[in-house]
Amino acid sequence: MTAAVPTARLLPFPRVPEDLTAHLSRHGERPRLDAGLLVKSIEESGLRGRGGAAFPTGTKWRAVMQRAAGGDAVVIANAAESEPASFKDRTLLTVRPHLVLDGLEQAAEAVGARRAIVYVSRAHGELRRSLVAAIGERRRRADSGVFVEVVTGPNRYVAGEETAVTARVSGRLAKPRAVPPRPFQRGVDGLPTLVQNVETLAHAALVARFGAGWYRSVGTPKTPGTTLVTATGALRMAGVLEVDSTTTIAEIVERSGGVSAEPAAVLVGGYFGRWVAADAIWQRTIDVDALRGVGATLGAGVIAVLPVTACGVAETDRVLTYLAGQTAGQCGPCRVGLPAIAETFHKVAIGSARPAALDLLARWATDVLGRGACRHPDGAVLFLASALQVFATDLRHHVRSGVCRFSGQPALLGVPETEAGWW
Amino acid sequence: MVKQRLRVDPIKCKAHGMCSELIPERIRLDDWGYPIIDPRAIGPDLLAHARRAVAECPRAALRIVGVDEPGARDRPDDPD
Repeated sequence: MTAAVPTARLLPFPRVPEDLTAHLSRHGERPRLDAGLLVKSIEESGLRGRGGAAFPTGTKWRAVMQRAAGGDAVVIANAAESEPASFKDRTLLTVRPHLVLDGLEQAAEAVGARRAIVYVSRAHGELRRSLVAAIGERRRRADSGVFVEVVTGPNRYVAGEETAVTARVSGRLAKPRAVPPRPFQRGVDGLPTLVQNVETLAHAALVARFGAGWYRSVGTPKTPGTTLVTATGALRMAGVLEVDSTTTIAEIVERSGGVSAEPAAVLVGGYFGRWVAADAIWQRTIDVDALRGVGATLGAGVIAVLPVTACGVAETDRVLTYLAGQTAGQCGPCRVGLPAIAETFHKVAIGSARPAALDLLARWATDVLGRGACRHPDGAVLFLASALQVFATDLRHHVRSGVCRFSGQPALLGVPETEAGWW
Repeated sequence: MVKQRLRVDPIKCKAHGMCSELIPERIRLDDWGYPIIDPRAIGPDLLAHARRAVAECPRAALRIVGVDEPGARDRPDDPD
């Protein structure tokens, strides 16, 4: 089978960092559009947020615009990318910083923001340096009209959640808070604030140039445009791919050089995502409905292939322990519940739990759902629930025997070191 | 009249557990003592109990809200 030439809107080859001159010779100056027309165009494009929640971008822009109502507002490009398996945002911001900054400036003009900020993680120092250099190039031209700042946040999973981002930019600890008010209502310093993932802003910059019809010319009506995915795991060539919603998991694997071992399961979305049995998802596209059919969402765009030569129980065990350690410690079901879940799952994995522990985990997975100020506990228990389902046979084996042939393998899903602070 | 329900602020709540004693018809406790709220509307028969539970919460974490009030995190499919 010969696949069509993939559409590369955000990340054309060769992927070398594009300076302002190269960016301008590719796309020219960004258009200065009437705010109302631009927001309408973003709405018509059907673009959705690429940070994980897939909220309609146009709806968000309009909400901030209306809330600001001619007064001041703030826009933030969220480049925290705290999802450990993902590196699509860093890749994009490194290769095409000016496309992202175009989108950020356009968003600022559309909603009437005087402050435009790029939020990066302290873990990504190299990215911060290249970003500051790119912003410097634009300032020297002096006609950009929007002054862009860079704010650094802690290397923590929930520090990229949008209320944590607005807290950090306001000078407080980068912890999520209860909503409402959502950032569009009261964000940075109490102002209406638009927080948008960097990939989303890059798409918005292209919609501003080429229009909603152009944007919708690839993909499906419900999930139009292209999307960046991080393909990782048992692949010959792990990396970031630009695909659209007609692309199947099999095609993503093929474009990643094929599998390096027979696949058993796929983790879709990220560490807050879902395990799906490989044979159930292999021929499915990444369209929202196709993934929903197997209980998954594309989330932050992670596609991680687990080979039959790895232990899904051991992988899940490590990730659950990581997620439990990433709680902001504010809400009981997360602060107390996630460590209890991780500890019990670990006991199952090493064979020191009773069989009833699996039923207890299933009940906790239901009990904890929807009970945090942010979605961190939801992500952890939905991930857990999918593991209980997909690895049911393996889990029963672990309860009896403690180990399996592959539980001693090196980790496929890495977990980063976490810093102690929250600023 | 707008239908109403109970909602807890999960950051304020410190698992005192009084609410579930005052309105067990709508609030049970999880294994760690934190309340799990039944999202169904509160009928006239339960309204007095709900108000008492709100008033007695030592952390002022419990509220009565309209069932359709936006922004609740208790629907995991509600994107933010």
